[in-house]
Amino acid sequence: MFSRGTAKFFKSAVGSASKRFSTESNAKASASNLLFKASVATAVGSGISLWYLNKNTAHADMQADGLHPPHYNFPHTTLLGTFDHASIRRGFQVFKEVCAACHSLDHVHWRNLIDVAFTEDEVKELAAEYEYEDGPNDQGEMFMRPGKPSDPFPKPYPNEEAARAANAGAFPPDLSLITKARHGGADYVYSLITGYCDPPAGVEIREGLNYNPYFPGGAIAMAQNIFDGVVEYEDGTPATASQIAKDVTTFLGWASEPELDDRKKLGVKAVLLFSTLTALSLWIKRNRFSSLKNRKIVFNPPSNWNTPTKK
Amino acid sequence: MALSAVTKSVSKFTYNTFFKRESVYFSTVVVGAVAFSIYFNSAVDNWWDNRNKGKQWKDIKDKYVKPAEE
Ligand code: HEC
Repeated sequence: MFSRGTAKFFKSAVGSASKRFSTESNAKASASNLLFKASVATAVGSGISLWYLNKNTAHADMQADGLHPPHYNFPHTTLLGTFDHASIRRGFQVFKEVCAACHSLDHVHWRNLIDVAFTEDEVKELAAEYEYEDGPNDQGEMFMRPGKPSDPFPKPYPNEEAARAANAGAFPPDLSLITKARHGGADYVYSLITGYCDPPAGVEIREGLNYNPYFPGGAIAMAQNIFDGVVEYEDGTPATASQIAKDVTTFLGWASEPELDDRKKLGVKAVLLFSTLTALSLWIKRNRFSSLKNRKIVFNPPSNWNTPTKK
Repeated sequence: MALSAVTKSVSKFTYNTFFKRESVYFSTVVVGAVAFSIYFNSAVDNWWDNRNKGKQWKDIKDKYVKPAEE
């Protein structure tokens, strides 16, 4: 089959090839080593800078950007915490008795509160306290009827112009999504409604505006409306200003993210399942490839290789 | 019995009882999936409810549900 020359050539080719492969893999190894070192350096460097920025929130223009709110431990803003539903219930009372005088809550319907903070019977009673226009009836006329769980939470003003006219030109924004719509979320809302104070010396606040360091610019059209005892809680919780602010902030957080409890629980399940499946599939890949990876292709010349038979 | 003999007999048993016939194999997959999802969901739900005890609606609702009148 093969001549002697071919065999020698083949042997030396295999030898130098294996040498070449080994030096090549060394070169590869040192390249990936360098890449690894560079990635670690980048990760450490940017980690330190992010940590520094996070710890040092002071910056040049806090007056215009608004004071950065401190971090509060709302249970629902932790990684694995649900809403405190008793707090949602109290917060709804605060919203209804205080904030609803000026702010709408367009995305919340009465029925959304069922099995979140109120029973169905309680929600029916709450909704029936308000009158809604319905119709037309068989005479073609619109009529008023008591509210039902399918009705939206009532608006304080029929339109934006009416809202502005009643608030010296400022529009009280809809609060359905406010913790999602503001930088700082729940921490911002809590800080804003508890953060009113006298303006620092030299800062002029126009008539009709109020000083609040957390509001960008410092001058807000909404006056302070959370004080000790401004509501009275049915469950006996002391109605301090900070308690009231915490409860209404929790309620607004729920209004923004009603799916939060379920979403987090589902997230836990997904992470558990998918990490197990990933580990399993990595193991199976190794298992199936081990026979290929361990295979060594060897050329075994026949014993009479060097002495070709003569005819 | 050596360990390899044990694994061998286990896998033989598994193969013969579950994998040999397509009909049994398919039923094993379906029944296994249902059983696992029930077990897994209730295990995570229990842990979750325990971790968030006292905060969820089901923990406080007894205070507000009126006893049913006839
Ligand atoms: C007397 C009417 C009135 C009441 C009551 C009221 N607000 Fe306001 N609110 C306003 C007005 C007006 C603005 C717009 C302020 C501005 O743009 O300067 C506003 C703005 C806000 C903002 C948005 C601030 C921003 O970053 O743009 C939030 C949040 C807010 N109110 C929360 C509340 C909460 C919570 C309550 C109940 C505790 C409440 N408000 C009660 C009138 C009111």
